[in-house]
Amino acid sequence: MAKNPAANSKETFRRVAIAGNPNAGKTTLFNLLTGMRQKVGNYPGVTVEKKTGRFFGSHGEQMELIDLPGSYSLQVRSPDEAVARDLLLGRIADTPRPDVIVAVVDASNLGRHLYLVAQMLELGLPVIVVLNMVDMAEKQGLVMDVMALREKLGVPVIPMVATNGKGLIELKQALSRTPLSKPEHGAQLPIVFEREVVAIAKKLPDAPEIARAEALLLLSLDDAALDDSLVQNPSLRAEIAQAKQRLAIGGIDSLAAPVDARYDWVAQICSEVIHRRGEDTDGLTPSDRLDMVLTHKVWGWLAFIGMMTLMFFCIFTIASYPMDWIDGGMSALADWAKTKIPEGDLQSLVADGIIGGVGGVIIFLPQILTLFFFLGLLEDSGYMARAAFLMDRLMSRVGLHGKSFIPLLSSFACAIPGIMAARTIENRKDRLVTVLVAPLMSCSARLPVYILLIAVMLPAASAWIRAGIMLIMYMLGLIAAFCMAWVFKKTLLKSETPMLLLELPPYRKPVLRGIAQRMWERALIFLRRAGTVILALSIILWALLTYPKSANPEASESEKLEQSIGGRMGRTIEPVIAPLGYDWKIGIGLVASFAAREVFVSTMGQIYNIEDADEESAPLRENMANEKRSDGTPIFTPLVCISLMVFYVLAMQCISTVAIVRRETNSWGWALFQILYMTVLAWVGAFVTYQGGKLLGFQ
Amino acid sequence: MSEDVNSQDVLSNLLPGERAKVTAIELPGSQKGRLMEMGLTIGVAVEFVRVAPLGDPIEIKVRGSHLSLRKVDANEIKIIRL
Repeated sequence: MAKNPAANSKETFRRVAIAGNPNAGKTTLFNLLTGMRQKVGNYPGVTVEKKTGRFFGSHGEQMELIDLPGSYSLQVRSPDEAVARDLLLGRIADTPRPDVIVAVVDASNLGRHLYLVAQMLELGLPVIVVLNMVDMAEKQGLVMDVMALREKLGVPVIPMVATNGKGLIELKQALSRTPLSKPEHGAQLPIVFEREVVAIAKKLPDAPEIARAEALLLLSLDDAALDDSLVQNPSLRAEIAQAKQRLAIGGIDSLAAPVDARYDWVAQICSEVIHRRGEDTDGLTPSDRLDMVLTHKVWGWLAFIGMMTLMFFCIFTIASYPMDWIDGGMSALADWAKTKIPEGDLQSLVADGIIGGVGGVIIFLPQILTLFFFLGLLEDSGYMARAAFLMDRLMSRVGLHGKSFIPLLSSFACAIPGIMAARTIENRKDRLVTVLVAPLMSCSARLPVYILLIAVMLPAASAWIRAGIMLIMYMLGLIAAFCMAWVFKKTLLKSETPMLLLELPPYRKPVLRGIAQRMWERALIFLRRAGTVILALSIILWALLTYPKSANPEASESEKLEQSIGGRMGRTIEPVIAPLGYDWKIGIGLVASFAAREVFVSTMGQIYNIEDADEESAPLRENMANEKRSDGTPIFTPLVCISLMVFYVLAMQCISTVAIVRRETNSWGWALFQILYMTVLAWVGAFVTYQGGKLLGFQ
Repeated sequence: MSEDVNSQDVLSNLLPGERAKVTAIELPGSQKGRLMEMGLTIGVAVEFVRVAPLGDPIEIKVRGSHLSLRKVDANEIKIIRL
């Protein structure tokens, strides 16, 4: 078909917003409608994901779909919910107000999910209710009178099973109807309350239908939230306060009245449209039975530890195969580049700088994807909420709540998915604290450094002793993360331990397609970083370690390195790192591994002139162990190795993480602060280790 | 004794399987508001489901949803046993 420019004009599209509680199946419905025709971005100024896509209505007309963040209410409590509300009220600059809302509800939990629908109906926009997961509701013995529900709600109601596409045709028909009718029913507010709403709405600048919704939201805000949202409009603030006072005198709590009105309306509807088939309704659902095991004092922990072990086992074993392929592929690519480009700076830039640098980061992609696969399974099955339920007590000790646990745990594999997983934490300060301490968990990039240093330190030690030292390093990172979280919560990001209000949704079978789609999205985000920020920094780092060149063309690799700016930086920082027991060669290693920790190993290889060094190579180990100071004492004493490991546990040496922190916190300030505090912490930690060890008589 | 209205019972005192009716929520406005919007309105029936293995938080069932909250907060939710 020829492209018709008029048909491409955005104005002709019907705009559809999908809204609903978390766990209602919004994203599954979104994927069902749009397939792969979707775009993931961010809303301006906030780190809330914006998912949009295109699909065709039942007459083949194109429509635009936007997936709103899951929310429990329009009376917002998190940045995600604020986006959903603002979008529905048409407050977001680059996104016009939708033409119709598709409100997704869990058919087996109408008593709660219809609450949000009741709020949607107050917005003055056409609403279509999708009664999702009707199959599950039927299995639980719930029989729904859809006709009656349609009549009571006064809007189209489409029974669906989004996971298998049942009801899709009916939904598209409802969406294609012209004109879409606006809702007529809704919860009845007390008359005096309604009067106040109308009075306030008249004072608002918005269009009448938006103004009413806005007025209702304002009137039912608590005082603190009202102050926050109306700082610029003290006169309106005063009027609302007066209205609330008038209502209070009349015995109406302006906070509770609309909530009660909606829930009363919803309960009334539910009692009329839901019938229970079969015996006792208090029977346990399969989900309840599963919870008896998974939150049990003994079995619950066993299952929890088992799942986490399996996850990490897969990350470190299964993911290692594609990592080897990427590694091999990158080396082959570098070799190929070397044959195609004549020897010289350009060859070195492409092969060592770009391919080596970016390749060194991309190599973690398999681990990141494996982790996201498991996180997706845990999230979609509903287990994530149980993990938070189990761990909340421990996390509350440092002032965080259960939801911070998964991001921290994930960071043992790689801080990047861990930091991205922190998005589920509603409270901004808690999210920041979690992001700030996540990189202290020993990620897999530190592993090669630990292995090399332990081998240098104790060449003859048994596997158990090596594993023991490794474990101590992991524990050190964990303890440091908890201590820093506690410090941040007490000082910089001081806030009350937030109220935990966690929904434990029914267990569900995860949809693999949805998980695969999310893994793909994450991979794209990561690769885009690798292609931009990381590429740029790799080139800078390469230049630092290459220029200026040694005058002597016969110079060895280590002499060339010594001549470079990076080498000089290693010398310059020597006075700073000498108290930690390091010499300037280690300094070069530290400078080089600013971008990525594992670069330490290859830099050491370069310094000690070992071709293709890796953490297992014996010559590198021996050369390092034999390295002497000018006074003839060895440099890599056990104490220096430990001090160096402590430094690597605590230091922020990963540009990918810096880039992700910048993205997730929307500020360079926090990213730089994180580098600063971790560097200081690493220095102090290594200093205490080295000097303390020396005082105790260790070498 | 059990008729004494002053020594009001709180949600965190319930045992697994016990049911009660919420009579008051004595938490700051925003927290109270969210609890109500999640279905924990005054007068609603709740069931105490379980305590987490480490002793906190607790799990309750209200309007068909399972919610988890900490004991400190549940201490401020007044109830009458059913």
